[in-house]
Amino acid sequence: MSERADRPAIEVSGLTKSFDGRPAVDGVDLKIARGELFGLVGPDGAGKTTMLRMLCGVLRPTSGRAEVLGFDLARQAEEVQRSIGYVPQRFSLYLELTVDENLLFRAHAHGLPQKVFEERREALLSLTRLGRFRHRLTSALSGGMRQKLTLAAAVLHQPAALLLDEPTTGVDPASRGEFWEMLLGLVEKGTTIVVATAYMEEAERCRRVGLLYQGRLLKCASPGQIQREAGLSLLEVSCEPLRHGRRVAEATPGVRWVEVFGDRLHVALNPQGTVEAVRGALQQSGVEIADLVSIEPGMEDAFFELVRSQRRAET
Amino acid sequence: MTANAIDARGLTKRFDGFTAASGVSFAVERGEVFGLLGPNGAGKSTTIRMLCGILLPTSGSATVAGHDIVHEPEAVRARIGYMSQRFSLYLDLTVMENLGFYGGVYGLSGDRLARRADWALEMAELQEQRNQLAGNLSAGWRQRLALGCALLHEPEVVFLDEPTAGADPMSRRQFWDAIYALREAKAAVLVSTHYMDEVQRCDRLGFIFAGRLVALGSPPELRHLRRREQIIELYCDLPAAAAEALRRKHGLPFARLSGRGLHVTMPESEDAADRIQAMLEADGFRVGRAREVVPSLEDVFVDLTREDVDAAERGPT
Repeated sequence: MSERADRPAIEVSGLTKSFDGRPAVDGVDLKIARGELFGLVGPDGAGKTTMLRMLCGVLRPTSGRAEVLGFDLARQAEEVQRSIGYVPQRFSLYLELTVDENLLFRAHAHGLPQKVFEERREALLSLTRLGRFRHRLTSALSGGMRQKLTLAAAVLHQPAALLLDEPTTGVDPASRGEFWEMLLGLVEKGTTIVVATAYMEEAERCRRVGLLYQGRLLKCASPGQIQREAGLSLLEVSCEPLRHGRRVAEATPGVRWVEVFGDRLHVALNPQGTVEAVRGALQQSGVEIADLVSIEPGMEDAFFELVRSQRRAET
Repeated sequence: MTANAIDARGLTKRFDGFTAASGVSFAVERGEVFGLLGPNGAGKSTTIRMLCGILLPTSGSATVAGHDIVHEPEAVRARIGYMSQRFSLYLDLTVMENLGFYGGVYGLSGDRLARRADWALEMAELQEQRNQLAGNLSAGWRQRLALGCALLHEPEVVFLDEPTAGADPMSRRQFWDAIYALREAKAAVLVSTHYMDEVQRCDRLGFIFAGRLVALGSPPELRHLRRREQIIELYCDLPAAAAEALRRKHGLPFARLSGRGLHVTMPESEDAADRIQAMLEADGFRVGRAREVVPSLEDVFVDLTREDVDAAERGPT
């Protein structure tokens, strides 16, 4: 049975999963186009993993409809599982097998003919730069290499859609960059990708981003649109001492919130807040300002704003 | 006794002919947040475990909180807090029960235990969850509970090995508020992390590669480590294919993704940005904008990592 190319890659409506009567995913409507790179973000425990586990056919929804690559999730979960690639949060390969053996094992699971498998294996080993380690035990690979191997194993059967659950957590910046280059390479060749991530800089690379909050899809738009729609008036402040500056800024009338970004502060203003008020308050308290400029909000700023306004609305 | 909270001198650890840490020397003062960086498998955790008195060095020595890690490991362990990547909470115990258990491990009881448990609940913002099972907490809360457990006995030196891995941006910042509170209380904090925004918040950094400490300094000092090179930032369609073309076809090994665009490290020259743009356009890519940028810590990190990548990958066999 071949998947149907005329449908969106993923289409869900009212998708809900409850555990002990508590919804982990709550009435999500979502359509993801073929070839789209889609990012899932949200606070810890928002339902990202539950969502992905349903979409890959391993967890049955409590209610709602879902179609993945044209297959109905309720009736054709096995076809979904066979047609997609899935990279779970927990490392899922055999540590006691070598790199080659893990790939072979996965190829058998998908029933790939030997010759096809060998061709793809060589291409993937070259892409991941794991060729030199093919006979090494997986347990002896570094975290970054393991994640690249996991990705290689997940795409051996050339799935039309790939689902990944925070694949770069705990991976160093250099390996993370290589991993994302592989993902973008797959997208550039037409694969649909849904990736959950806690790194907002990774979310910014996606065509669209869905923000989950307590199981509900709060926002679903391009990173640029989400950043604009957060409607933030934002200042970036470089000052000494930073912690003191933060406390002063937080106490300044018209300031919505203050967050530390590396060695700077991001100060979000309410409509009545002004640059002058913030500058004045800092100077009066003896904080030395090295730089104070208005900036465009990034994905992480938008994330804070959306989650905070949601929490405010609840209390 | 030394004045430094941590004083490592030539710490070396070999496992079956594989050197996980080699001659690592650095010092951390009280009231300082020291970041230990490096790729996966570079030797960060091995170094931290030696400093905690858990793992005996093959050679070299260190004092932590004034005690020798080789000769007085118990005295070291009594004065430090340690939280690892796979922190060990009891998931089938409640928040309070976990605090009670760890309090017992550190020899706390009665009033002091009650006072410290209250402090930990407040620091971790877990007052309302005190009777919930640790297993039902989300990742960020669990990490803060683990930190609370590690700090119950008011340690002078705190080791945090990738404490925020996987937490959402808000939880990570809350965690760093706790780190800064420790710093204000004059504890020494050694933290390893892969988040570059957290790296910038450290007072000083040590970069470990293939078991050796290859760079040491404040974040601004490390940013200016490579004075004779420049970073070109560019945006284009198909960034993965463009990075591949720059590396394979145009001999620029340090081309990589950065944010939504690419960063290319190259020797200094005035027309580098224009040349790269022309190369890619000749290959059929649409290039939005190419310009020189100030190196970020991520640029420095990635270049230090790639320089000697062969050595690291020789690693354990």
